[in-house]
Order: sequence, then C-alpha cells, then structure tokens
Amino acid sequence: MVLVKRLVLDVLKPHQPNALEFSKAIAKAGGDYRVCTTVLEVDEKTETLQVVIEGDAIDFDAVQSGISDLGGSLHSIDEVEVQGESQAG
Amino acid sequence: MKLLEQARFLLRITRTQDIMRRYFVVNGFDGALTMLGLIIGFLVSGTTGLSVIINVCLGAAIALGVSGVSSAYVSEVAERKRALGILEDAMITDLRDSAHGEAARGVPLLIALVNGLAPLTISLLILIPLMAANAGFEFPLSPLYVAVAIALLLIFLLGVFLGSIAGVSWLRSGMRTLLVAIFTAALIYLFAGY
Repeated sequence: MVLVKRLVLDVLKPHQPNALEFSKAIAKAGGDYRVCTTVLEVDEKTETLQVVIEGDAIDFDAVQSGISDLGGSLHSIDEVEVQGESQAG
Repeated sequence: MKLLEQARFLLRITRTQDIMRRYFVVNGFDGALTMLGLIIGFLVSGTTGLSVIINVCLGAAIALGVSGVSSAYVSEVAERKRALGILEDAMITDLRDSAHGEAARGVPLLIALVNGLAPLTISLLILIPLMAANAGFEFPLSPLYVAVAIALLLIFLLGVFLGSIAGVSWLRSGMRTLLVAIFTAALIYLFAGY
C-alpha cells in the first residue's frame, strides 16, 4: 500500500466560504492534516488557490469531496509526495 | 445547535445576513404599526367587544405572517437561483450539490420564515394584554391602552436594534422609530376619530 504524504493542489473556488473556512473544511477530511493555503489570484466572482496538504495518509477522495462540497473545483494536482508502506515501517 | 450553525454558514456564504436583518426590521415594524393602527382604530370607535378586537387583530397578524412568508420565499428563490447561476457561470461547474446549491434552496426558506414570523410574533406580543383580559385577567387600565404601550415599546426596541446595527446612539434611533409610531397614532386620531 502506498501512503500519500503531501499534495499541492490548484483549486478554483467562489469568494465564499473564505480561504480560512475552506482550509478548515479540507483539514477536517483527515485527523492529522496540515493545510497551507495561498490565494494566487482574485477575480470578480472566484479566486484561485494553491492548497498544500500534509498528513500521514491523505485520503485524496475525501479531500476532493471536501473541496467540491464547498463549491470549489480541483484544477490540477501540481505536486505529490507518496511513500511505500515498507518505507513507512 | 448544529442546525443553527449550518444556517449561519449558509447565510454567510450567500452574504444574506443583512437581507434577513432588513426583512426582520421592515416586516416587524409593519406588524407593530398595523396592530397599533387597529387598536387605536378600535379605541376611537368606542365600545367594541374584546373578542371581536382580538379576532380582527389576530386575522391581520396571521395575514401579515402568511404574506411575509410567501412573498419573501417567492422573491428570494428567484434571487438565489440567479446568484447561483452567475456563480456557476464563473466557476464553469454545476454547484447544485455544493454548499452554494444547498444555500440556494435553504436560504429563501430561512429568509421567508424571518419575514413572516417577525410581524406575527410582534403582533402576538402586542395582543397578549387583550388575550389576557379576555381570559379574565384584570388590568388597572383598559387592556387596549396596555396593548398600545407594548406596541410603542416594541417599536422603540426595533429602533434600538437598528441603532446598534448602524453603531449610532440607541436612544436617538429608538426615539426616531417611536416618533414614527406617535405620528401614525396622531394621523389615525385625526382621520378616524369621527
């Protein structure tokens, strides 16, 4: 089994909920997620975010579902860090 | 508690807290002034049975409540659908299953309830002395005057609420709405006192 340790996502979202609420909702998808969000661009109705998620075993489906539940749209996965289970011990 | 938090969240993401507040004040004021007008109308008309007064006022209160719920619901459904459509165009995605879709369905209901319950509740509060007197409770003065006093107090409190929103003097804001009520009462006495 391969564990996802870090993801960098490019996300488009409406202005509301704001970046803080949005990050909290993503963090809630897992118990130990550390989420760092940067607003890259602000348009009239939307904003583009770079969301960095770190955790012991990130559940990508749960993260994606959290993003779409709040009206966000995942544009791309820009960086990934994974670890094989044998490496993890 | 979770339902209240969810309602707050939906109002926040649609930025409709101020609309809800406005509806509460506008329709609450409508309810209070309508009851004040009816009661003063009965006062200047002379002897009328308390049960007749209660039924007339209750009828008006229920009509105000139903009118508030239905009119706000119809207009807010249209507004929220339009806002969701604009957001979907900007996002180039279907937002029906997201929090924004949920808000487009739930927020009109919340706003409609506030718009309808504000005049109904305020009217019922004003009618309490009439109902109490009808049930046998004795007031030192006519229950109609007690109801008028409650109406004036509630109108003053609506002004205080507006003052707290605007961050201006609560007393001044309360006195301003109270003056409107007194002006209304004066007009009724002037035109209905024959």
